[in-house]
Amino acid sequence: MTPQSVTPKRGEHIPHTGMSTATLLTGLSAVVLALFVASLMTGHVSLPLIKTLIATFDDDPGMLGLILLEIRLPRALLAVIVGGSLGFAGAALQGLLRNPLADPGVIGVSSSAGLGAVLVIYFGLAAGSDLAVPIAAMAGAAAAVSLLLGLAGRDAGPLTLILAGVAVNAFAGALISLALNLAPSPYAVIEAVFWLLGSLADRSFTHVWIALPLTVLGWLLLATAARPLDALSLGEDVARSLGFNLTRVRGQIVLGAACCVGAGVAVSGAIGFVGLVVPHLLRPLVGHEPGRLLIASGLGGAALLLAADMAARLLPVTHELRLGVVTALIGAPFFLHLIVRTRRTLV
Amino acid sequence: MSGLATTDVAASLGDREVLSSVNFSAKPGEVVGLIGPNGVGKTTLLRILSGLLIPERGTVTLDDIPLATIPRAQRAKRIAYLPADAPVHWPLRVDRLVALGRIPHAGLWQPIDHTNTPTIDSAMKRTDVAHLAHRVISTLSSGERARVLIARALAVEPDVLLADEPVSSLDPYHQLQVMEMLQDVADDDRIVVAVLHDLTLAARFCDRIALIADGRIAHDGQPDVVLTSDVVQDAYGVETVTASTSAGEFVVPWRRMDSGSRST
Repeated sequence: MTPQSVTPKRGEHIPHTGMSTATLLTGLSAVVLALFVASLMTGHVSLPLIKTLIATFDDDPGMLGLILLEIRLPRALLAVIVGGSLGFAGAALQGLLRNPLADPGVIGVSSSAGLGAVLVIYFGLAAGSDLAVPIAAMAGAAAAVSLLLGLAGRDAGPLTLILAGVAVNAFAGALISLALNLAPSPYAVIEAVFWLLGSLADRSFTHVWIALPLTVLGWLLLATAARPLDALSLGEDVARSLGFNLTRVRGQIVLGAACCVGAGVAVSGAIGFVGLVVPHLLRPLVGHEPGRLLIASGLGGAALLLAADMAARLLPVTHELRLGVVTALIGAPFFLHLIVRTRRTLV
Repeated sequence: MSGLATTDVAASLGDREVLSSVNFSAKPGEVVGLIGPNGVGKTTLLRILSGLLIPERGTVTLDDIPLATIPRAQRAKRIAYLPADAPVHWPLRVDRLVALGRIPHAGLWQPIDHTNTPTIDSAMKRTDVAHLAHRVISTLSSGERARVLIARALAVEPDVLLADEPVSSLDPYHQLQVMEMLQDVADDDRIVVAVLHDLTLAARFCDRIALIADGRIAHDGQPDVVLTSDVVQDAYGVETVTASTSAGEFVVPWRRMDSGSRST
């Protein structure tokens, strides 16, 4: 070790910074916007976008205008809302638990929301109202969070949180299986299983309005956790010595993830791998800083889900593929690839 | 009295009472070395001094104000804690890691980087890691990594620096550099408390030494008063030799007292 120190010059090529936050977020936003427009134009009926857009301002928007406003637009908006939440929550949970394998599924929120939905379908309540399934799913997510915070206790470390999440997950999974096992008719089973596979087809603005308030609340809770997540890179003692109340930080992140993921699952069903893969993919671009990763990962999740939803519509198969199936088919092999490629840099 | 002080502090780890009645104090301008055998409660005392651990009994005060009543954000600006073997969970770039030390001073949305905070650069220079600024922490040697983490604590510019074994993984050159740096920090009218195992370094660089034994401060005073062969033999269970050097006499642990009777 030489005693002289060399100060790197400003402006020289800097490895491993990723890029500047502004550049990255602008780029990702552009990608999301492009995919959003593409999503509006994708489907069985081809829409001349400009002409249709103009038509929507008429008193009578016509068939094409209705397709755009009532079918394509809510679907694209939901892809942004749900995908954004999954990416956002995945990044926050990975930072909190300091575990690159954490995702919203890990803390049991997704499966508990699924349980709520399955119960409503099981008891035949889903036919009563469009709202029944989403509301039951949110109630399931809320129950999971209460149980999780109760199980993990006030000063739970990351391992306790993960174990409590695994327990909640397993219990919700068992109850879903029980409901399917005892289902009164095969139609109820099919309906429940299809719902669990996740989809954005045939959604309306009602679903957007159902999901939006809690999603925004969740995003706000997660966005304000950027600094404590950065501090947590150095462990809990140092994070606390830098002025953070970790009990509050944990509650804030778990609640934020539950709000936005619960609201997302409520309108789309369970969609896996987005919350796991997106933070992995973007982490090198933000120099592995958990705080900078949050919003980037939210945008990345939105982009990935918009793309996956278009793929679900475009793939030439007899039945439209379920979105959760598409994300898992792309996500699982991709995730394996990432693990192999990055295992040397994992700390 | 200005400074950091504990009165009759007690703490347990699990069922074991580690500290039973600790009366400790440190004044601005001094480097205090905390010494004692493994498991005697040095780290526990350091965590109590930092406010991370609430003692079961007794009080901790900073400038006569109970530590527990100082708001978190205020405490974070005034006290920096450097754990031994601290984890770094992500492969962060060195300058970005050091910048984390500025968190207590930055607004929630204010970005922290070396363009607006010269403290980061100067902290890296003081621990000789400026040339590593753009390296990734996981690619450094353990000594380089330790110096980066010290720079992170320095970047806080605290009134009180609490360092747990800051030199244990460093080569002699950097051990001396870090000890000198601790003295520099204290010379700025700040308090430095460091857990040390190297008695010679402690004797040379500390203004005062506190030796913990049996749950309390057994000896407290200037190095030449505390680090006598009797005290060291008694505390560590080692026989010592006294090395006479051109810079003075130093007590050096030589062999275990029970080395003849036990093979392990």
